[in-house]
Amino acid sequence: MLDNILSLQIFLPLIGVLAILCLPKASDCTARWIALGTSLVVFAISVIMMMNYEDGVSSMQFVEKEVWFPALGLTYHLGVDGISVYFVLLSTFLTPICLISAWHAVDKRVKEYMVAFLVLETFMIGTFCALDSILFYVFFEGVLIPMYIIIGVWGGKDRVYAAFKFFLYTLLGSVLMLVAFMVLYYQTGTTDMLKMVDNSLPLNWQIWLWLAFFASFAVKMPMWPVHTWLPDAHVQAPTAGSVILAGVLLKMGGYGFLRFSLPILPDASAYFADMVFWLSIVAIVYTALVALVQEDMKKLIAYSSVSHMGFVTLGIFSGTQQGVDGAMFQMLSHGIISAALFLCVGVVYDRLHTRDIARYGGLVKNMPKYATVFMVLMLGSVGLPGTSGFVGEFLVLLGAFQADTIIATFATTGVVFGAAYMLVLYRKVIFGEQKNADAAAMPDLTKTEYGYLVPLALLVILFGVAPSLVMKNISPSVTSLLQIYQPNEVSPTNYAKADVKKGAAND
Amino acid sequence: MTDFSLSLLDPMMPEIFLAVSALALLILGVFHGDKASPQIGWLCAIAVGAALAFLLQQGSWERVEILNGMFVMDQFAGITKLLILGGLFTSIVLSIRFVEEEQMARFEYPVLMLLAGLGMMLMVSAHNLLALYMGLELQSLALYVLASIRRDNVKSSEAGLKYFVLGAISSGMLLFGASLVYGYTGSVDFGVIGNSLAQEISVGALIGMTFILAGLAFKISAVPFHMWTPDVYEGAPTSVTAFFAMVPKLAAIALLIRLLFEAFPSAIEQWGQIIWILSALSMAVGAFAALIQDNIKRLLAYSSIGNMGFALVGVAAANVEGLASVIVYMLIYMIMTAGTFAIVLSMRRGGQALEKISDLSGLSRTQPAMAYAMAIMMFSMSGIPPLAGFFGKFLVFKAAVGAGLYGLAVFGVLCSVVAAYYYIRIIKVMFFDEPVEKFDCAPFARRAVLAVSVFFIVAFIFFPSPVVDISSDAVSVFFNG
Repeated sequence: MLDNILSLQIFLPLIGVLAILCLPKASDCTARWIALGTSLVVFAISVIMMMNYEDGVSSMQFVEKEVWFPALGLTYHLGVDGISVYFVLLSTFLTPICLISAWHAVDKRVKEYMVAFLVLETFMIGTFCALDSILFYVFFEGVLIPMYIIIGVWGGKDRVYAAFKFFLYTLLGSVLMLVAFMVLYYQTGTTDMLKMVDNSLPLNWQIWLWLAFFASFAVKMPMWPVHTWLPDAHVQAPTAGSVILAGVLLKMGGYGFLRFSLPILPDASAYFADMVFWLSIVAIVYTALVALVQEDMKKLIAYSSVSHMGFVTLGIFSGTQQGVDGAMFQMLSHGIISAALFLCVGVVYDRLHTRDIARYGGLVKNMPKYATVFMVLMLGSVGLPGTSGFVGEFLVLLGAFQADTIIATFATTGVVFGAAYMLVLYRKVIFGEQKNADAAAMPDLTKTEYGYLVPLALLVILFGVAPSLVMKNISPSVTSLLQIYQPNEVSPTNYAKADVKKGAAND
Repeated sequence: MTDFSLSLLDPMMPEIFLAVSALALLILGVFHGDKASPQIGWLCAIAVGAALAFLLQQGSWERVEILNGMFVMDQFAGITKLLILGGLFTSIVLSIRFVEEEQMARFEYPVLMLLAGLGMMLMVSAHNLLALYMGLELQSLALYVLASIRRDNVKSSEAGLKYFVLGAISSGMLLFGASLVYGYTGSVDFGVIGNSLAQEISVGALIGMTFILAGLAFKISAVPFHMWTPDVYEGAPTSVTAFFAMVPKLAAIALLIRLLFEAFPSAIEQWGQIIWILSALSMAVGAFAALIQDNIKRLLAYSSIGNMGFALVGVAAANVEGLASVIVYMLIYMIMTAGTFAIVLSMRRGGQALEKISDLSGLSRTQPAMAYAMAIMMFSMSGIPPLAGFFGKFLVFKAAVGAGLYGLAVFGVLCSVVAAYYYIRIIKVMFFDEPVEKFDCAPFARRAVLAVSVFFIVAFIFFPSPVVDISSDAVSVFFNG
C-alpha cells in the first residue's frame, strides 16, 4: 500500500463520489455518512503516510511514476517532500471537519454538496503531490470546478458575483502559467518539475516566465493588489467553503512559489525579490488597516488572511533559511487558525444568520466555551508567543531582517495592526454589553462543534510550543531548495549584525 | 492511364457506396413519401455505418492517387473521413426524432445529409482544385437546402437564403482564386502547383491563394468571414444546426490543411500571416461577441467561431505537432458539440422547442443528470482540466509555443478566459438560478449520444495518447516529402 499511498489518497474520494452518485435512492443522510467515511479513511491513510515518512530527508518520498501521455512525454509522477507533505495532511484533515461542520448547516442539495467536497479533496491532494507540471496544472485548475459550484450554490446573497469573480480571476492567472509551462517544456525538454530545475535559461527569458507564474500564484495567494476576489469569495462562500479556501487553496499560491518560481527561475526570483517585498509590505500593512474597519466578521478574517499571506511571500522571497522555514510554518499555521476562525464564525452564523459584528456582543456570558476556543484562535492569529502564529511570523521576520532590514521593520508593524483588529473583533463579539436578546440567548457550542474546534485550538498551541514537530521535515527540504536558489547574498540594505547560519533552525 | 479497371476505384469505395445509397434512398423516399422518413433516416444511418465499414476495411490507408490525381487517399484523409462519418452518423441519429417532433419530417432531410457528407469526403480527398470545388459545392448545396428545410418558417428560409447568397460569394472568390492560381502555375493539381511555386512564387499565384483562403475561411466561419454563422445557426432547425456545428467545419479545415501543405508549402511565410490573423480575430470575436447572447444557438455559433480560431492556431504552427493538434482539437470539439446539442435538442416543454439560455434555469434541480452533463460540456468547452477540452486547447497552444508563436498563444489563452465567462454563465443559470418547469423526456438516441460524449470528455485524461499518436501519424504525410 505504501507504494501507491499518494494515488490512494487522491483517488479514494472519487470512489466516494461514485458511491454517492450510484445510489440514486440514497437519502441525504446516507450521502453525508458516505462522504464523511471516505474522507476519514483518506485522513487515516495520510496519517499512515506521515508515520512512514522518513524524517529529516530532503528528497521526494513515496514517489510514483507511470507513463501517462507518452506522445508528449507527460508522466504521472507523484511524490512528497517536507514542503508538500504537510499540505496533503492539512487537506485531508480539514475535509472531514468541513463535512461535519456542514452536517446540519447545509440542508439543501446535500448530495451535490458532498460530491463537490470530495472532488475538491481529490484536486487539493493532487496539487500538492504532483511532480509533473502539467499534472500539477490539471489538479491546480480543476479546483475551480467544485469551488465555483460550492460558492455559487450554497453561498450567500451575492454568491453569483463572488463565484464568477473567483473563477475568472483565478483562471486568468493560471492560463498564463500554462503558457509558461509550455515554454519551459520546449526550453528544458521535460515537464517534470524536478528535472526542470536543471536549466540555464537567460535572465530575460526567466523574467517573462516568472511573471507568468507570478500572475497565477499571486492571484491564488492572494497578494495585494490582486486580492480583491478573496473578500468577496470568503464572505459569500458557505462556512465550509471558506474553511477550505483559507485553509488550503490559498496555500497553493505559496506552494507554487516554492516549487516553481524559486528553484526553476532563481535569477528572476532574485531580480523581482524587491518588488515582492514591497507588495508584501503593502499587503501586510494596508490590508491589516482595512481589516480594522470591517463590520462583517468573515470579511475581517478574509482581509487578515491577505495580511498574513503577505508574511508568507515576504518569507519566501527573503531567500534565507529562516524566512522560507517561517513562510512554510506560517502557511500551515494560518491553514489551521484561519480555518478554525471561519468555523467559529460559522458557529454563530448558524445560530443568528448574520455576520454583522455589531449584532453580537457579550457572548462570553452565554457561550463561555465558545469564548475560550475563540480566544485561543484569536491569540494564534495575533501571533502570541506560545501559539503557532508566533513561530511563523517570527521566523519570517528573522529571515526578512537578514535580507532587507527596512522591509523587515515595516513588516513588524503589521504584527501590531494584526493584534489590533483581532482584539477589537474579540472585544466587540465576546465582551461588552449584551445588546441583542437573540444574541444573548444563543446556546453554547454543541458537542459536535466542540469536537471539531477543540482539536484545532489544541493544534495551534501544540505547534506553538513544539514547532520542531513539523520543522524537522520542512527544514531539510527548504535547505536543499535554497541550495538551488542563491539570491544575492549580501543585500546593501542589510544592517543586521547577526549572521544566522543556514540550517540553524534545524536545531 | 489507359487501362482502366474497377479495382482502381477501391480507394473511393466509401464515397461510391454513399453516393449510390443516397440515390437509392431518394428513390425509395419518392415512392413512400414523407411518412416513411424515420425509416429512411435509420437507413441513412445504416448506410453511413456501412461506409464506415468500407473505410475501415481499407486498413492502413496507404497513399494512392487515382483518377489522374484528382482523388487522393492517405492516412490524413482516412482519419478525417472517419471523423466525418462519425459526426454524420451522430447528427442523423440525433435528428430523426427531432424532425418528427417539429413536424418537419421529410424524406429528403437525411438523404441531403448523406449527400453533404459525401461532398465532405470528396473535399478531404481532393488533390486538385477542380475536385476541391466539386466536393465543396456538393456539400454546400446540400447544406443550403438543409438550412431552409422548414419552408414555412421565416427564420429558416432567411437562414437558408443568407447562407446561400454569402456562400455563393465565397464560392465565387474561391473560383476566382483558383483561376488565378491556374493561370500563374499552369495546373490545377496540388502537386504540380506546389512544385511550380517551389521554384518561384509569383504575386499572381499569391493573390489567387489569398482568394482561395478567403473562400475557405467562409466555410470554417473564421473572422472576418463569419457573418453568416450566427444567423444560420439561429434560423436553421436545431438538428441542422447540430450538424453544421459538428461536421462541415472539420471537413473544411482538413481541406484547408491539405491545400496549404500540398499546394502552397513554399508560400508558408505568406499564408502563415493570413492564418495568424484569421485565428486571432476569430478567437477574439468568438469570445467577446458571445458574451451578450441570450439565445443558446446563437451563443454556440459564436462559440464555434472562437473554437475555429483555436483550431487555426494549430494550423498557424505549421508543424507535425500543430496539425496533429488540429485533428485532436476538432475531434474533441465535435464530441463536445454532439453532447451539447443533444441537450439543446432536448430543451422542449409541452412539445415546444426552446432556445433561450434562461430556459435552462434551475435544471440541476429538475433534471440533475442532464444539468451535470451540460456542466461537464461547458467546463470542457471553457478548457478547464481535467476534461478533454483542456487537452485540445493545451495541444494547440503547445504547438504554437513550439513554433515560436508566443504572441498568438498568450492572446489565445486570454481569449479563452473571456470565453469561459459565457460558458460558466450557462452553468450559473442551471445551478444557481431558481428552477422552472421540467423539460419533456428526451428520447433514447439523444441520451445515448450524451452519455457517450460525457464518457469521452471525462475519460480522455486517462488515455490521451492513442488519439494524439494516430493524429500525428496521419499528418506526418505532409512532412515526409
